[in-house]
Amino acid sequence: MKNIFENLDKTLEHRVRLQIASVLAANESYDFNALKELLNSTDGNLATHLKALEREKYISISKSFIEKKPNTRYKITERGRVAFKKHIDAMEELIKQQRK
Amino acid sequence: MLNETPQNELASIRKLMERSVTFVSLSGMSGVLAGIYALIGAAFAYQQIYSGEAVRSLEYYGGRIPMVQNLLLIAVLVLVSSLFTGWWFSSRKANKLGTSIWNATSRRLLINLAIPLLVGGIFTLVLLYRAYFDVVGAAVLIFYGLALLNASSNLFEEVRYLGFCELILGLLAAVFPIYSLHFWTVGFGLLHIIYGGLMYKKYDR
Repeated sequence: MKNIFENLDKTLEHRVRLQIASVLAANESYDFNALKELLNSTDGNLATHLKALEREKYISISKSFIEKKPNTRYKITERGRVAFKKHIDAMEELIKQQRK
Repeated sequence: MLNETPQNELASIRKLMERSVTFVSLSGMSGVLAGIYALIGAAFAYQQIYSGEAVRSLEYYGGRIPMVQNLLLIAVLVLVSSLFTGWWFSSRKANKLGTSIWNATSRRLLINLAIPLLVGGIFTLVLLYRAYFDVVGAAVLIFYGLALLNASSNLFEEVRYLGFCELILGLLAAVFPIYSLHFWTVGFGLLHIIYGGLMYKKYDR
């Protein structure tokens, strides 16, 4: 039982971070405003969690300008994808264990 | 109750992943209405082609430009009213879901749909211009089917099957051009009503 809990990812345990990771895992890339709208989040809240994910090198950022407006796009890194998969697997395992 | 939490969490994550790539606001009702418009349009087209001065064979199309213009007008009217209905129902559903109709997903969906549709539209106009009337119905069905396949990753999975059906009908229409209008009626009328009804039952209620 203890082993399974160890497989859970500390960074992804937070709900918003897991949500961000899941959106980025399902899409090629996503920009800040679209994420904000999809997750119904505030600027500050979303930025904080994005930063936490970036610190772990789970996501990468690319900044550009679209019609003179800054546009920030996020992508999941290979490291992030592995961590996300491991975390989801651990959650599934946890559910299985508790059903027994 | 303890096992509810991670389970719900996983379910909500799955839903979020799906929602982030799928345009969920498209309403089944707009499919049904688009099908009905197409049936009405087809009835008018049928009248244009088969009544009045007897024009039984497609070879006569060439000499009867006014009729071709009328058919084109009918097709455009069906298209415009379908698009408007789709937009109206989608924005209503988006409101209900608390999302917006204009987001990253719908933009991608629009681009994926628009490329094959624009190419198909221009191609069809060229066919009309060059008087290849007997393959117009087939071309419209085939390009529409390809557009649906291309966009299916941003729509509900079932759109893929609708796309395959349109492609089969398009090829049949190419082989049997005399029945083009009938295949067109099935593809744009009947299939949309069936598909829209199924989607309405499955996702809208």
